[in-house]
Amino acid sequence: MADLTNTAMLGIERPDRPSQGRRWLSGLKPYVGSPLNAVITFACLWLIYRLVTGVWDWLVTRAVLEGGPQACKAGNGACWPFLAAKLRFMIFGFYPYEEHWRPALALVLFLAVMIVSMIPRFWSRNLLWLWLAVVLGCGVLMYGGVFGLPIVTTTSWGGLPLSFMLSSVGLAFGFVLGVLLALARSSKLPAIQVIAVIFIEMVRGVPLVSILFMASVMLPLFMPDGVTIDKLLRAQVAIIIFAGAYIAETVRGGLQAVPKGQHEAAASLGLGYWLSMRKIVLPQALKIVIPPLVNIFIGFFQDTTLVTIIGLLDFLDTVRASLRDPNWQGIAVMEGYVFAALVYALFSYSMGSYSRFIERRLKTDHSHGRSG
Amino acid sequence: MASSTSSPVRLLYDVRVRAILYQVVAVALVVGVGFYLFGTVSRKLADQNIATGFDYLSRPAGFVISQSFIRYESSDTYARALLVGLLNTVWVSIFAVMLSSVLGLIVGIARLSRNPLLSFLALIYVEALRNVPLLLYLFLWYALIVAVFPPVREAWQILPDVFLSNGGLIVPSLQWSSAHSGVLASAVLGIVLAFVVASALRRRRVASGQARPAWPFVMLALLGPPLLAILLLQPDLVVNWPERGRFRITGGVQVTPEFTALLVGLGLSASAGVAEIVRAGILSVGRGQWEAARAVGLHDRQTMRLVVLPQALRVIVPPLTSSYLSTFKNSSLAIAIGYPDLVMVSNTTMNQTGQAIEGIAIFMLVYLGMSITISLFMNWYNARVALVER
Repeated sequence: MADLTNTAMLGIERPDRPSQGRRWLSGLKPYVGSPLNAVITFACLWLIYRLVTGVWDWLVTRAVLEGGPQACKAGNGACWPFLAAKLRFMIFGFYPYEEHWRPALALVLFLAVMIVSMIPRFWSRNLLWLWLAVVLGCGVLMYGGVFGLPIVTTTSWGGLPLSFMLSSVGLAFGFVLGVLLALARSSKLPAIQVIAVIFIEMVRGVPLVSILFMASVMLPLFMPDGVTIDKLLRAQVAIIIFAGAYIAETVRGGLQAVPKGQHEAAASLGLGYWLSMRKIVLPQALKIVIPPLVNIFIGFFQDTTLVTIIGLLDFLDTVRASLRDPNWQGIAVMEGYVFAALVYALFSYSMGSYSRFIERRLKTDHSHGRSG
Repeated sequence: MASSTSSPVRLLYDVRVRAILYQVVAVALVVGVGFYLFGTVSRKLADQNIATGFDYLSRPAGFVISQSFIRYESSDTYARALLVGLLNTVWVSIFAVMLSSVLGLIVGIARLSRNPLLSFLALIYVEALRNVPLLLYLFLWYALIVAVFPPVREAWQILPDVFLSNGGLIVPSLQWSSAHSGVLASAVLGIVLAFVVASALRRRRVASGQARPAWPFVMLALLGPPLLAILLLQPDLVVNWPERGRFRITGGVQVTPEFTALLVGLGLSASAGVAEIVRAGILSVGRGQWEAARAVGLHDRQTMRLVVLPQALRVIVPPLTSSYLSTFKNSSLAIAIGYPDLVMVSNTTMNQTGQAIEGIAIFMLVYLGMSITISLFMNWYNARVALVER
């Protein structure tokens, strides 16, 4: 432990700085500075070598490039034909084959507007309207029934569009619910505060699986006779409730970080509760919590995989369904899961990088100003 | 304010009156919705002839549970089946928390290493685990265990009397009796007693200023109870050796692939979070602390142990609590790979009896209770290490 956590990692320079001529040697110092360090370096190099060659071997050298299940069964490398044969099913699920352009277009639209809204230059109120239009457009595209598009019921939705829909709609409504809950929890009215605390703590104290179960099993019992709720909608409600409770706690942290003087200043201007919250306090609080919110979003994007458990065909489940295809059973297990993992990692990682970018950007904005 | 009593309409503009009004409306709304839902549910249940209440818990369950840490047969009651599920949840969570703490500490320190290669590998580890859903990893580990390991008949013998197959790991076990439980309980008592004695002695040492050796008393408190229990209860050592039969292996204790996949998946995914928590905690200790420690002549190792870690723990403990809690809650994903945890047993129970509301209420209450217990314990620990402000 001592050798790993020494002063160098904290950026504390030791006084003996190397002279000009030995700079290349000092460049090597982190790698072979001490005997133990040299051993660590060689162990790491060996590990990296094994990893890279192993992956290369599996993906390229030994890969099965053409043929069917039989060829893949015979070989012992990555099975590319499986991905080629199952790609469209994995992405779109049981959506009618000829209509695949509709979810594809919806996906493209959705990703485009997401990228646009990630760029700080475009941040304005108009984004809300853009999102509303795109979400409506995606819904129309997916469901159909107008403009001569045949209706595709939610039972045949699946794959990536479903994953994106569950997480984005869940987060949008969860965000609204979360902000309201956070305001209620930091309210001075005891009854409202207690209701919010009980709700938040109850939801946060139980796993998402149990809330999904509750939504899928109990929600139908709660509804009056004759009213049935779509299975997809039930899962969506569960995700909204769950996301709301977690977002509420994050937003509460932001509300607490807004200096008291801001509340007092708003009150002295004669603003009422809602006006001062909307115009003064919430904008500051939300700005503070944008980075943790993005992290929550990443978490919930991954958590939507749990809807598999109550039988919805999200992206992870379409991949699993392809793996269970009788023709391919037990042949391309690794390929399927690695593909799914890469897709999830791509989205999560880019959102994570974005969160770090936002954090840096907001920090510079606050470099001189925020006083407590 | 003074004029606010003049008319009922004016009254509405009084801040205090409005505050009360809002609260009354909110409570009424919650109670009203609650009553409405309760009414709908009980009417529907009556229509569908579904029994209500918890009587079903004492009826025989009639289903088999593939792994249990206490004796269970399918003729046992639903209540016992649920207890088996709960214990399965608790065990896998405890092991996963330990695994994630150890791995997370190692990876977190590796992330801080001055060796760029090591910190790079640690970064890859963390990112690979954090950016992929836990459920996907559970499926992957489970599929790998089932696909890679041989069938039970050709089980690998990795150690004498330890067998590995796609049916899981089989190890020798002790024939457990109540005498063993007694010894175990007295060992726990010994540990508690040792802590009490040690802290009492420390208090006396601080108060009196006299240094007397404390370890004989502590050792006596630690070892006394279990030794006494062994002498009194005389537990017999009967080992249950696994034996390879023609088709299956009999005897021993079986660690199922479901348990292993769940343990590995939960432990690894939580360890990435723990690593980041540890890293942030150590980095949070200002460099002035390192410099000051060096100035008073401490080595790096001493600095870490005496100066940095105690301060880092204050930053580490609160997020670590959430990490442990989410590991515990994530163990409910067991249902996806068929490990019989609390949720899965409840689910089977609900399917058999049709009493969904009771089933969900039970496991939600259990999770809530356990979550609150864990966070109370960690809060107590946090209060102990927190900075005492003057």
